[in-house]
Amino acid sequence: MRFYEYESRKIVERAGIPVTKYGFCTTAGEARQAAEEIGGPVVIKSQVLTGGRMKAGGVKFADTPEEAEAHAAEILALEINGHMPRGVLVDPKAEVAQEYYAGVVWDGTAKRPLMLFSDMGGIDIEQVAEEHPDHVGRGHVSNLLPISDFEAKQVIAATGVSGSELNRATPVLARLARLFRDNDMTLAEINPLAKLADGTFVALDAHMEMENEAKPRQKALLAELGIAEDDNREPYEPSEFERNVAAIDAADHRGVIQGKDHGFAGNLGLVIGAGGGSLTLTDAVRSQGGRPANYSEIGGNPSVAKACGLAKEVLNKDGVEKIAVMMSIVSNTRVDIVARGVIKACLELGKDPEETIAIFRIPGAWEEEGFKTLERYGVEYCDRSVSMWEAARRAVEKIQGAPE
Amino acid sequence: MSILLAEDFTFIVQGITGREAVNLTRECLDYGSKVVGGVTPGRKGRDVHGVPVFDTVAQAVEHHGAPVNGSVVTVPPAFTKDAVLEAIENGIELIVIVTERIPRGDVAQMVELAGMRGARIIGPNCLGLIVPGVCKMGGIGGPAKDAAKAYAPGPVGVMSRSGGMTTEISSSLTQAGLGVSTAVSIGGDAIIGSTYAELMALFEADPETQAIVIYTEPGGRMEAQLSEWVAEHSSRLPIIAFMAGKFMDEEEMKGMSFGHAGTIVEGIQDTATEKIARLEAAGIRVVERIDEIPDAVKDRLGVTA
Repeated sequence: MRFYEYESRKIVERAGIPVTKYGFCTTAGEARQAAEEIGGPVVIKSQVLTGGRMKAGGVKFADTPEEAEAHAAEILALEINGHMPRGVLVDPKAEVAQEYYAGVVWDGTAKRPLMLFSDMGGIDIEQVAEEHPDHVGRGHVSNLLPISDFEAKQVIAATGVSGSELNRATPVLARLARLFRDNDMTLAEINPLAKLADGTFVALDAHMEMENEAKPRQKALLAELGIAEDDNREPYEPSEFERNVAAIDAADHRGVIQGKDHGFAGNLGLVIGAGGGSLTLTDAVRSQGGRPANYSEIGGNPSVAKACGLAKEVLNKDGVEKIAVMMSIVSNTRVDIVARGVIKACLELGKDPEETIAIFRIPGAWEEEGFKTLERYGVEYCDRSVSMWEAARRAVEKIQGAPE
Repeated sequence: MSILLAEDFTFIVQGITGREAVNLTRECLDYGSKVVGGVTPGRKGRDVHGVPVFDTVAQAVEHHGAPVNGSVVTVPPAFTKDAVLEAIENGIELIVIVTERIPRGDVAQMVELAGMRGARIIGPNCLGLIVPGVCKMGGIGGPAKDAAKAYAPGPVGVMSRSGGMTTEISSSLTQAGLGVSTAVSIGGDAIIGSTYAELMALFEADPETQAIVIYTEPGGRMEAQLSEWVAEHSSRLPIIAFMAGKFMDEEEMKGMSFGHAGTIVEGIQDTATEKIARLEAAGIRVVERIDEIPDAVKDRLGVTA
């Protein structure tokens, strides 16, 4: 789950990392007030969960509270990459002597958090790493042992930073690493970490992401930030199809179904599973010229009602002509239950299963019973002797004719 | 021969009284696996299909009267770390974590402690592993008769980020008359106990294994790590890879997760296209279609179809 900048600031602040005195505002009037309290020139920043806000006009400077109010009004109404801002952050325009970068990410290969530091802050760290590798320091921390300041110091010193800069930056990076571990972050970045004219260090911008799986045990932090439990922060608004499938899944604890249609707009509905099987089958349909209307996943052992619900939602999507019901070999999911579910869906919608189900390819547990049911309704089915690729080919052929 | 498991391999099931664990225990016993105990705190004295249940791992080990080789952990996410640490500290050397939705920080802690104690973790979010005809540890392949249908003994080592696809691919190898030496469902999460590269040395040392098939997905650097391993070791084993989720390379799919928790494109190196290029550069044959795997293996083994 990604945090807004104003939330990320709060997270670093509570970990003991200095930040400037800032205000989060949801109206232009509040922005004016915040600018008055700060006194002097300010910067107004759009609070959106997307990059590129500077380029889009989501960051503006103001010399007076009046100007701050006017800029805030514009930014609050400005959509960036399809996202409306949640508010604006009013920040004093800092006198920056130098910008640094401090970050912590997961290294999945080492299976440890990785501290990163650069004396070239303010730009994308991946770019710095590519163009100036000697300006990026790296160091892993243990998952079990306490994180000591010297570990951060080594990483910073590796970039050539010394003097009071080294001593001031060290606790910032060490605290960032501790908060990353303590708060189940998947990304914790301060960029830029600024050295001000008076030599002090402050976090001018921060970017935090927390692992969704850890939300239950980070309840206290989320509550402190005022984040509602159902605030899922998807990268886009869920569609009606996605919401309906989620509701069907939540209504019954047996088995798991998921559906996505963001980015799909074809005529072949996919009722497929499980995790890896769905990825393989979606590719197989597309590679053979098919146009999937959606992505879905059946997992575990869903009830007839659940399988039926998913199939109905897929069939009800605009433009869907037929569905393909396919999975990799199942051991937990029961073939006969899925077969009954998808046939029920067709019948309840007044459709002929034989015409509507382009192919049924789910081999495995209870397949004999399932195949018998399918046969009764004239639905074409196949077992494991027909590959997932071939099953997808047959489905595509049925909906758009044999390739020329 | 095989990797990790053998005829006399013993294991316990932690969380044995849960619904899925009861099924899994039945399946493993039917397959001939030696399940010597189970643990569910507060349920000491019961039995699951004749397997005695204990409150602690220490009690289960003591009852067995000899070191227990492995444990299948299938307890809710919030309790998994404690269960795995308990297994490690009681001398268990191979731990299969079935549970999904465990925070990465917990997984990393378990893996780090396992490394310090010389234990190995498979998973989380996996179905376990199987040596055809010898031992099945976890839900892999399902009921014993289904597992027997999909998994025949043979020369191919299988590693897969998807549990279901482990069986799908193994079944196609079995149908093609090739068969499997050991199949490992390594897990679908971003951080897992044993990656492809970390298991390669074991397959390399197993005389039975003549080729490797991997099933892979977008997300993470596990495939890059395998490519590096291959470049650094002159492996005798040809590797065939299949990459699912190529559709995730489309611009509108960026940042979306499909299939497994670890399957999300976060950076350029995570994409299917990038991974395929890296694997191929390391001499690994990446097949386009899932049904090409058996022939690709035969081709590399010099077997005539």
